[in-house]
Amino acid sequence: MSGYLVGVVGSVLILVGIFELLRRRQLSEKYAVLWLIVGLILLVLTIFPGLLTGLARVLGVAVPANLLFFVAIVFLVFVALHLSWELSRVEDETRKLAEDLALLRLELEEHKRDTQDG
Amino acid sequence: MTGYPSPVPRPGSGGRPLIVVPAWNEEASIASTIQDIRAALADIDILVVNDGSADQTGSLARATGATVLDLSYNLGVGGAMRAGFRYALAHGYDSVVQIDGDGQHDPRDVPALLTKLAEADVVIGTRFDANPEDYPVHGPRKWAMALLATVISRLAHTRLTDTTSGFRATGPRALPLYARYYPAEYLGDTVESLVIAIRAGCRIAQVPVTIRLRRHGQPSHSPRKATVYLFRAMLALLLALVRRWKVSVDAPGLAVVDR
Repeated sequence: MSGYLVGVVGSVLILVGIFELLRRRQLSEKYAVLWLIVGLILLVLTIFPGLLTGLARVLGVAVPANLLFFVAIVFLVFVALHLSWELSRVEDETRKLAEDLALLRLELEEHKRDTQDG
Repeated sequence: MTGYPSPVPRPGSGGRPLIVVPAWNEEASIASTIQDIRAALADIDILVVNDGSADQTGSLARATGATVLDLSYNLGVGGAMRAGFRYALAHGYDSVVQIDGDGQHDPRDVPALLTKLAEADVVIGTRFDANPEDYPVHGPRKWAMALLATVISRLAHTRLTDTTSGFRATGPRALPLYARYYPAEYLGDTVESLVIAIRAGCRIAQVPVTIRLRRHGQPSHSPRKATVYLFRAMLALLLALVRRWKVSVDAPGLAVVDR
């Protein structure tokens, strides 16, 4: 029983944490939705553990916890992949900014030199 | 929180409005949009924000003699507009009017928007008050727009019929706020920007405008897209409502205030 309580309190804390990040504008829309859904699923599963057992039986998984681990690992692999993709985009964008800034500096220097000479 | 150094205003050039035209791949209509603005409003300054276009938008805009801000990559309408607001603030303009680069906004409505700025800090050009047949919307898209209008009207304590309109004027009180906090997310530039302004103590008003059908490209009317729009609109609204905006336009330097 105490394990159940710890689980529910933990899930609520996670959900509150996600919501608080969102409220303080530390999470953008696209990530906020994903983590809110994860938090809600987590809460539902901890409040009704029977759901997981039932689902495991339907899918033919002998140990319900293994179903949870399997889904969690697949989900985390996708999250890692998505973050790598986003990071690649951000790297591309910062590279573009660094190039633009260098070109601007050069242009400014040339402009200064020209106005001093002229 | 990401802070931006406030640009130093240049004295002596105030008292003028600036037209900001956010444009992303609008080579087919950008030149005629600028010409229309010039024809309707003599001696008004125009800033085109070229939002990382892959086509000739930037060079065509430059050829008309407008000032062009080239973003390094695509930031979306919100990002482009914030760049425009920062430019306006740094160059001593005291109001900004947004006109989209696709030519759907009629520049002849700009004087009405600017006049209304005497009573409000943000003035929205509503597409629903003039002639309903000019701007037909149906189904989920219509419900989404009605929901947004109802909720934001209640927040603003005034009747607003078209909160997703991009055709709007920003006055001197809201300008520093938007230069710093204008949101870049989906629907943020229209819906969340209004919520921010209201929370910061700005007054919102609207004037009817005529909408011109897009000369190039048609707005999507597929039911699936409209339903996705409904859900994203509700999400954007919820996000805007739960987010904290402890900022006031009346505090010096837009200081964060507790209330």
